[in-house]
Amino acid sequence: MSPESHDEQPTDDVAVPARNDIEPAEPIENPGLPEHLPRPTDVDPKLAKRAERQVAGMFTAAIVLALAFCVAYFTIPRDAEVFGWFSLNLALGLTLGLALFLIGIGAIQWAKKLMFDQEIIEMRHPARSSDEDREAALVAVGQGVSESGFGRRPLIRNSLIGAVAFLGLPAIIMLRDLGPLPGDKLFKTVWRRGMRVVNDVSGIPLRPGDIEVGQLVNAQPAILFETDSHGHALFHGTDLLQAKAKASVIAVRIRPDDIKPRKGQANWDVDGIMVYSKICTHVGCPISLWEQQTHHLLCPCHQTTYDLADGGKVIFGPGHRPLPQLPLAVDQDGYLIATSDFHEPVGPSFPEVEQNRD
Amino acid sequence: MTDTMSTPTTPLQDTKFGKKSAGPVGWLDERVGLAGLVRKNIRKVFPDHWSFLLGEIALWSFVVLLLTGTFLTFWFQPSMTEIVYDGPYEPMRGLEMSQAYASTLDISFDIRGGLLVRQIHHWSAALFMAAIIAHMLRVFFTGAYRKPRELNWIIGIGLFAIGLIEGFAGYSLPDDLLSGTGLRFVDGLIRSIPVVGSYLEFFVFAGEFPGDLIIPRLYMAHIFLLPGLLLGLIAAHMVLLVYHKHTQWPGPGRTEKNVVGFPMLPVYAAKAGGFFFVVFGFTTLMAAVIQINPIWAYGPYNPSEVTAGSQPDWYMGWVEGAVRIMPNWEFTVGPEQYSQTFSLNVFIPAVLLMGLLFTVLAIWPFFESWVTGDKEEHHLLQRPRNAPTRTAFGVAGMTFYGVCWIAGGNDIIALKFNLDIFTITWICRIGVFLGPVIAFIITRRICISLQRKDNDALLHGYETGIIVRSAEGSYAEAHAPLPRDVAYALTARPRVPELTAAVDEDGNGVRNPQGRKARLRAWAKRFFFAHDVDKPTQADVDAAAHHFHDEVYPPHDLPDDFSGVSETGVPKQH
Repeated sequence: MSPESHDEQPTDDVAVPARNDIEPAEPIENPGLPEHLPRPTDVDPKLAKRAERQVAGMFTAAIVLALAFCVAYFTIPRDAEVFGWFSLNLALGLTLGLALFLIGIGAIQWAKKLMFDQEIIEMRHPARSSDEDREAALVAVGQGVSESGFGRRPLIRNSLIGAVAFLGLPAIIMLRDLGPLPGDKLFKTVWRRGMRVVNDVSGIPLRPGDIEVGQLVNAQPAILFETDSHGHALFHGTDLLQAKAKASVIAVRIRPDDIKPRKGQANWDVDGIMVYSKICTHVGCPISLWEQQTHHLLCPCHQTTYDLADGGKVIFGPGHRPLPQLPLAVDQDGYLIATSDFHEPVGPSFPEVEQNRD
Repeated sequence: MTDTMSTPTTPLQDTKFGKKSAGPVGWLDERVGLAGLVRKNIRKVFPDHWSFLLGEIALWSFVVLLLTGTFLTFWFQPSMTEIVYDGPYEPMRGLEMSQAYASTLDISFDIRGGLLVRQIHHWSAALFMAAIIAHMLRVFFTGAYRKPRELNWIIGIGLFAIGLIEGFAGYSLPDDLLSGTGLRFVDGLIRSIPVVGSYLEFFVFAGEFPGDLIIPRLYMAHIFLLPGLLLGLIAAHMVLLVYHKHTQWPGPGRTEKNVVGFPMLPVYAAKAGGFFFVVFGFTTLMAAVIQINPIWAYGPYNPSEVTAGSQPDWYMGWVEGAVRIMPNWEFTVGPEQYSQTFSLNVFIPAVLLMGLLFTVLAIWPFFESWVTGDKEEHHLLQRPRNAPTRTAFGVAGMTFYGVCWIAGGNDIIALKFNLDIFTITWICRIGVFLGPVIAFIITRRICISLQRKDNDALLHGYETGIIVRSAEGSYAEAHAPLPRDVAYALTARPRVPELTAAVDEDGNGVRNPQGRKARLRAWAKRFFFAHDVDKPTQADVDAAAHHFHDEVYPPHDLPDDFSGVSETGVPKQH
């Protein structure tokens, strides 16, 4: 056996260990592969037989389990439960899982106990090709390139490169209709002057008396619950989700003395009732963790914390812009209404968020 | 094949196996000519070590993902069309929900075994990412990415990155409240991209969030585009693995020029094939008894609702954490009408940081080789202690990742341990910078100490546990030389290179044109090998041998395989 041989005969590469066939090493000589020690199953036929029975036993158990899986599949009702688990899931999972597991363990046991277990040596070759191969490859490529005239005819070469490069344009342009342009959509919600603030589940309009000091009520614009003349909801499906993703609000009541309104938002509350966007200005989670005593509102996703008594200012966390407030009034029937849409975009920031679009 | 035990004495064509297989083998080989390939590879040698199993777990869980994922596509409907649920799950009847969510409920409650397969799929995905990361750490800490394996390392980083996205796309599909919250996060993330953010958002979601196309689009990516890429990269990963042959640990008989181990057929066919069943069986048992992603408990997606304690799958936790601890930096430039807002509070941790991680990982092998000047092929692995600076960098990176990951659960930690969430956030904000530095220093010192310990054992022997009383009546513990195999394995590593300062000027006082670069490189090399303890010299070893020879103890009647006694007095064996 020749360790330096680079010929392609695999037979020369693989051999049983030779103890002295190794590079010199320092400071301690490479002692060569340790002598192979037989396993108990190699020397004791009884133990080998036992290992054989173990392996076959595991494979047989897998057969039984596969059959048990089929029985469970047809006999256990879908809604049966055991100890709060779905019986069917448990039975199918345990039988199939154990069957697979036993096949695997059996195969590994077979390899470890019974298969020939002497380590063998294979020689490595450098990853690189031989010098001749490399040269021949370069010559071949060079010949191909020169026969094509790629280098000699720059007009063809350059126009081809240009043509292929310009194909990128159609490829990119084709993606244009992935979606519409944003336009003003991110700046507007369905809130309008005079729209009632309604409970988010029942759709019942809120009166100031419904909200006590310290209380938080999840609310929506009334239009999301309205129907057309045929009784169909004005908003449903995707439209409803898109409207909710911007128009969801919370109504809170804070003692009027505690309120420090933002500049220009002095009269946006009704007797301490303020309506804020429910959508976090960080990445858009709906915010609802409300601390009555401190007027703090905490986003459950990334913990941006807003002070609702202080104009929705961010007092902690990764969010930046204050929570937009909805200007509020009471209509002649005594219900809370918006006096306009939000004056600033709601939800996560985007590059144009601070642009003045009025 | 040469094989001492099974070399047939009769020619192959006369044996039973030869007669039986001649027909089919001939038929096939005359059409595809595979015999040459089989001859070369069927007895390919793979070395044995538990840590080489980690990548295999990733491979097999990917196969499990393909099998279970195919099953799930038979029923899953990737549609965001809102319907009224009328299925077997009582609490949801009459609710409006997307077809995606309704069909996931059907898979969970109406299709027998559907829940099991869904849970196997989800557990395998979690395992896939865990195995990829564990495998990557193994490769990193043992230096297995060094020449000629740098490209395979980069392919591995690609698998890691695509695996993350693939996992995210997958758990976003059921359109339940939790996955919708994840998509809302991605919506905010896309918006934070400077200048084009809102346009990208509208292109990705086909309009305003959530739109009605994101789930069909993610579905295409999840079942076709990304698995296709993964499959291709895995194939390339395996081909290169076979071409390079596996790395091995240094030890008696093992060198840079050979590979010692068991042949593909039969040992690895049985062990690796069996291991596929073990991985599949294990994930199936997990799916049987450990619930994962109970989407029916979350309800359909509603952009005005969220559950406290919403968490992404574990492998996205570190990004989530980075987003949570980021200060709220956002600024706007330009005149009012055309101003541009930069949401660095989202863009840095969610977009840049992921890109940074994969970039740093991808260029590491080239960076290290530039620093050390090592351009040799390496097939023998390094123990982590024998590359202290690399190991320290790795642990620093893990610490950074770990702090981010902990921060991703800051609300859960606050709740479970009754701590203040703002305090935890601040600890993570500081810890994410301080932690890696401390980890770096400690790890490097530990590595260097372990190198000293190795040298100590080589030159002074190991502690036998035998107390010897001398003629003067003093007591001492006898030391005995390490067995030759062990001693060899400890010294089978390259010597620490000589460290020289960069040459700024030549003998004639001419400045080196590459002076700054060379100085930087020399400094980096010194830093990399600083305090690295070299293995003993030949003279050291000879002197130690001499010393042992003259020593009156250990008693010479110790057997060869003796390696000290345990605390209870029982002799240990190597």
